[in-house]
Amino acid sequence: MYHKSAGYKTFSALNHIFLIALSLLCILPLMHVLAVSFSGKAAATANIVNLWPVDFTLESYQKTIDNPAFIRALLYSVYRTVLGTAIGMAVIVFAGYALSKRNPAFKSRNVYMWFFVFTMLFSGGLVPGYILITNLNLINTIWALVLPAALSVYNLILLMNFFRTIPAELEEAAVIDGAGLFRILFSIHLPVSLPALATITLFTLVGHWNSWFDGLIYMMDTKKYPLATFLQTVVVQQDFSKMSINPKDMENLSQRTVKAAQIFIGALPILLVYPFLQKFFVKGIVLGAVKE
Amino acid sequence: MKSGLEVAVNEPNRVKTESKWKKGIKKTWPLHLLILPATIIAVVFHYFPILGLVMAFQDYKPWLGFMNSEWVGFKHFEALFMFDESVQVIWNTLIISVLKIVCGLFVPIVISLLLNEVRKSGIKRGIQTLVYLPHFLSWVILGGILIDLLSVKGGLVNRMLVDWFNIQPIFFLGDGDWFRFVIVVSDIWKEFGFAMIIYLAAIAGVNPSLYEAAEVDGASRLQQTINVTLPTMLPIIVVVATLQLGNILNAGFDQIFNLYNPLVYSKGDVIDTFVYRSAMLKGDFSFATAVGLFKSIISFVLIVVSYRLAYRFGNYRIF
Repeated sequence: MYHKSAGYKTFSALNHIFLIALSLLCILPLMHVLAVSFSGKAAATANIVNLWPVDFTLESYQKTIDNPAFIRALLYSVYRTVLGTAIGMAVIVFAGYALSKRNPAFKSRNVYMWFFVFTMLFSGGLVPGYILITNLNLINTIWALVLPAALSVYNLILLMNFFRTIPAELEEAAVIDGAGLFRILFSIHLPVSLPALATITLFTLVGHWNSWFDGLIYMMDTKKYPLATFLQTVVVQQDFSKMSINPKDMENLSQRTVKAAQIFIGALPILLVYPFLQKFFVKGIVLGAVKE
Repeated sequence: MKSGLEVAVNEPNRVKTESKWKKGIKKTWPLHLLILPATIIAVVFHYFPILGLVMAFQDYKPWLGFMNSEWVGFKHFEALFMFDESVQVIWNTLIISVLKIVCGLFVPIVISLLLNEVRKSGIKRGIQTLVYLPHFLSWVILGGILIDLLSVKGGLVNRMLVDWFNIQPIFFLGDGDWFRFVIVVSDIWKEFGFAMIIYLAAIAGVNPSLYEAAEVDGASRLQQTINVTLPTMLPIIVVVATLQLGNILNAGFDQIFNLYNPLVYSKGDVIDTFVYRSAMLKGDFSFATAVGLFKSIISFVLIVVSYRLAYRFGNYRIF
């Protein structure tokens, strides 16, 4: 019995210490930012804040909330996330449902699959995509952030594979009861797949919330920057050239505690959904990987 | 030439398949309708830009459009290999991505095996919860945090180095070699937890009777790990490793874009960031498209090869 040997016990103790230290290392940076954001300006500038706030104050959060540019970006992010997730989910639920059918008459299924998978393997890249958005007159509109992202082929395949694990008997029984194509989708596939749908919805929400590059290139009007793009330009790169910010806010923005507060607010929605996300995603990924 | 008999035999067959096709459409049109939104988005936002790649062979001017811009053949591709700057960019990309792929494969496997030795499920779950988290934070957030942590003027990391080891502050994001180091380490830090999920699933699938048999034969825990656990994980390791082949020109745009600065361009500038600057800051649309196309074609070939290999050795299928 290896469990009882002295060698294994020593290893086990060291192993526990190592893994716990490693997992703490994964959140320490976030805790440091949180501590800085709640610290006084002087303490942060003097570099004495570690993992606990020094001279606790809410000043930096007050300054952040008082900055209209920040609030505008936050609201725009909420808008694009809600709209983008609703449209994206509708697109992949309908397509995933149709592609999950084992209908022998539906011969074009494989053609569709390759047609979609190809978009994952090869793309036009940055410039042709940008020129397309310009030519479609989508620059400075919410659609530039929502439509190109509306089809996630990865999520489509995940959902389709999940739909395929639903026993055919369920569907056959529904057909005998006279249920049509849509009735089957709404009363069998969707209720049965709630965990998978929840996982993919959360993935999509997180994807939209975190997405910053599309905002940077498609939004000429910096008033329409989503929060991630705002943070990227103003907080991380400290590039004020494109923004019209009044001098008082500009000074606040370069203050270390205010930067930390803004970064933390940017991460907060992810931290809030994370417990739900974690509950589902391990299952979702493993299930999605099971193919027949 | 077909004989009369063959035609006579084949003809009814053809008619039959045609009507079958029509019948098929009649039965399946609702399915096509359900897929239509996805099809439209794929055509407009994924296939149209592919047509736009012709500009890599033009001197594209926005006011002239695709029709009237001058054709220049392979000029931009030749330029890509002529300038030291762009050749260096290709090298940077390869060095960073190979380091990331190798370390990114090795670390999660080792940590999964170590985590498998933790028997208390509460501790195990707690560790998993913490290590999966960074995967979900964007590089904008993490970039902002890292810039603060690694700052030469009083960043937490440099303060620790000075206080504990008495080392001079290190210019992590201003020195090319240190920059590469930070890029690789921070990428592993962000992704190793998430990459472990698939290995932990494989470990959970090991048949317990194999361990019992090994125990009876007097195998130590280390021997059990090497001879029972690892071989079970091998197929999935092979699949993950081959699929990484397609990422060899992906050094991680989001991460590098949020961390780099002109001081480290010589060692940290990669294809994607180079394309961005050529197009969006210099307005050199055609050259940027050519560089992007070069990358896309190589990546495409590598992905197709890696999928075939993964199918062959790991029986992996996309759908």
